[in-house]
Amino acid sequence: MSGSRFAAPPEIIRNSWAQLGICLLAGLREIWAHKFRSVLTMLGIILGVSSLVAMSALVAGMEKGAKEALVAIGGLEKVSIQPQGIPVEQRHLSDQATGITLKDVRALQESAPLVTMLSPEMRMPATLSANGKTFRPWNCLGVWPSALEMNEHVIEHGRMFNELDDEMARNVCVIGTATRDELWGAPDKVGQEFIPVGETLFINGVPFTIIGMFQYYESERDRKERVLAQTQTNQPPSGGVARNNRGWGARRRGSSFVFYLKNATVYIPLNTVWMKFRSGATQFSMRFGGGMRTVTGTSGDPRLSGLDGKIASVDLLPEALQQIRNVLMITHKGIEDFTFMTQEDWAEQINTFVHNARLSGGLIAGISLLVGGIGIMNIMLASISERVREIGIRKSVGAATGDIFTQILVESVVIAILGGLTGLATSFVLVNLISSFSPTDNAPIIKITALAVAFGFSVLVGILAGIFPAIKAARLNPIQALRYE
Amino acid sequence: MALVELRNVSKIYRLGEEEIRALDDVSLDIDEGEFISIIGPSGSGKSTLMHILGCLDSPSRGTIRLDGIMIERASPRQLAAIRNRKIGFVFQFFNLLPKLNVVQNVELPMIYSGISGRERRQRAMAALEAVDLANRAKHRPSQLSGGQQQRAAIARALVNSPRIVFADEPTGNLDSHTGDAILSLFRKLSQEGRTIVLVTHDPEIAAVTPRRIEIRDGNIAAKIDLTLAGLMRPEATASTPMPAQP
Repeated sequence: MSGSRFAAPPEIIRNSWAQLGICLLAGLREIWAHKFRSVLTMLGIILGVSSLVAMSALVAGMEKGAKEALVAIGGLEKVSIQPQGIPVEQRHLSDQATGITLKDVRALQESAPLVTMLSPEMRMPATLSANGKTFRPWNCLGVWPSALEMNEHVIEHGRMFNELDDEMARNVCVIGTATRDELWGAPDKVGQEFIPVGETLFINGVPFTIIGMFQYYESERDRKERVLAQTQTNQPPSGGVARNNRGWGARRRGSSFVFYLKNATVYIPLNTVWMKFRSGATQFSMRFGGGMRTVTGTSGDPRLSGLDGKIASVDLLPEALQQIRNVLMITHKGIEDFTFMTQEDWAEQINTFVHNARLSGGLIAGISLLVGGIGIMNIMLASISERVREIGIRKSVGAATGDIFTQILVESVVIAILGGLTGLATSFVLVNLISSFSPTDNAPIIKITALAVAFGFSVLVGILAGIFPAIKAARLNPIQALRYE
Repeated sequence: MALVELRNVSKIYRLGEEEIRALDDVSLDIDEGEFISIIGPSGSGKSTLMHILGCLDSPSRGTIRLDGIMIERASPRQLAAIRNRKIGFVFQFFNLLPKLNVVQNVELPMIYSGISGRERRQRAMAALEAVDLANRAKHRPSQLSGGQQQRAAIARALVNSPRIVFADEPTGNLDSHTGDAILSLFRKLSQEGRTIVLVTHDPEIAAVTPRRIEIRDGNIAAKIDLTLAGLMRPEATASTPMPAQP
């Protein structure tokens, strides 16, 4: 028998796009025919997709808030050098320990080129009184003028004290808005903004002149809310009345606590603190359990409660730390009574937190999607077992295995896509709902990528859930399928 | 060359140790334009024979040639294409898809042959005209009587202009009156030159066809060919005595 005697079987050339369109229509028709069942099936996907989007939006919001707070306290380039207890093996040298002093600052200025800016701090416990009221701020620090830039402060009214004020140990100070709010009243309470520049402030009973005030610090979200409230109530865009959310009255949750602390700051020239109070470092000794020490240590130089440095670049952080360490080991005669605090630790914590939150949230959403997928598979299996006859008929009129496979798969994917789209819509509602009672101040941020990923996953789940039922349907024997009652 | 050539075809099922020969060494030719009935009691193997002839099933042994194509060598995909293009089925239980309306049901085979939407609709309507059901095109099968459903099924079987139509007990689910109408429709189609194979257990129905093949226990028990004897001409089947029609 030569092959040429026999005709070739007919080859069917199909327009696959038209074919897909027919399958899509059939899938939609099938879903429409079982509306309630289909909605129940989609529910798993809807929940999975919306929880995935909501979770990622929440985490993105928290990440943004945490990074804002990080910048507010000085950014990644800031390194804090802080005193610490002398290590056990050096205890016998404790009378030689100098603590951190201005000598260190001068040494670092000369010998540590990777440190671009230095800001010594002398903390002192302070009670402020003026206008017949008293207030204990979070921070009352003797600093150099460089502290302004180091800690990302911005003067809104008046001026920062300068080197001359420091040299002359003048009784001048720069305050944050929290002090003004407490002593003279917040703008939203008294109805107009009071600018206390030029007023006299008693710090531990010593009169100081306020020469400047910082701007009001707040998180991006608080600012937006305030501006929104302002435009909604049609209040004048400038003037104190609009600022209704500051001072003690401001909400202090999550990252905005950082902003509150920043507002409750008072800066005094370092020399003034040293000359007028001479008490900054004893406080530190008590706090850090270093035992009773002379205020000046052994060198006659005033002890600092801390020293902030700004390094040239974040990439050079390890090198810069080594440089600082080398210098300080010389000035401290090898006694390691200092330690470093970098924002890098915090940044790392933020990243770890974000990573963990993503992982756990993603896991929950993933499980939800998995359950949704199982639901789809279940319903597709039920659907094909009640459509055995239909499959038989389709095969008898010429549907190939692939046609049936495509039909069932498309149907499953259509359910998943509809569920995914509904889930995306629901996620916006869910995000609003969660943000209204979430513990953080950070507005959730819905990212396009999160939407795309969630939708992509829903389609993937639809495909995976459809494959097994589709294979099962495609493999049905047409004769048995036609006999099926 | 005959349209269908069946040579030494056997179909063997195994039930544990037992071997069941549903078809045992059957050879058969069907020529183009023939109106033939396969008759036999239930379990005789006539359904198996029809399934093999209709490319729904493959034989255990033997060869089949349909329109020159070696069926037993074809892949499942090619078999699907052959069913789609060369074969039409009419079933006892009509087997229309309940969710589709009549014209969509008739369009079904053309969907699988990749014919464009407009042409599908035109050809489906033409096929419905041919079975006198065009006025019910938008109805669901459940809204039709049994006879109308069977006519819709016949329209579906014919819409792709198949080389051969298999009708499996096409009147089995109809009252005798409607059944007669369906049979005369088949006769009419036969006169138009279609090749039709009628599968039935009922000798009375088989009497419509000039050629009858009786299957018993998987074998051809008897072949009756009235055309050979000159008793009945294929083109004259309409004149055979039939129950009176209204």
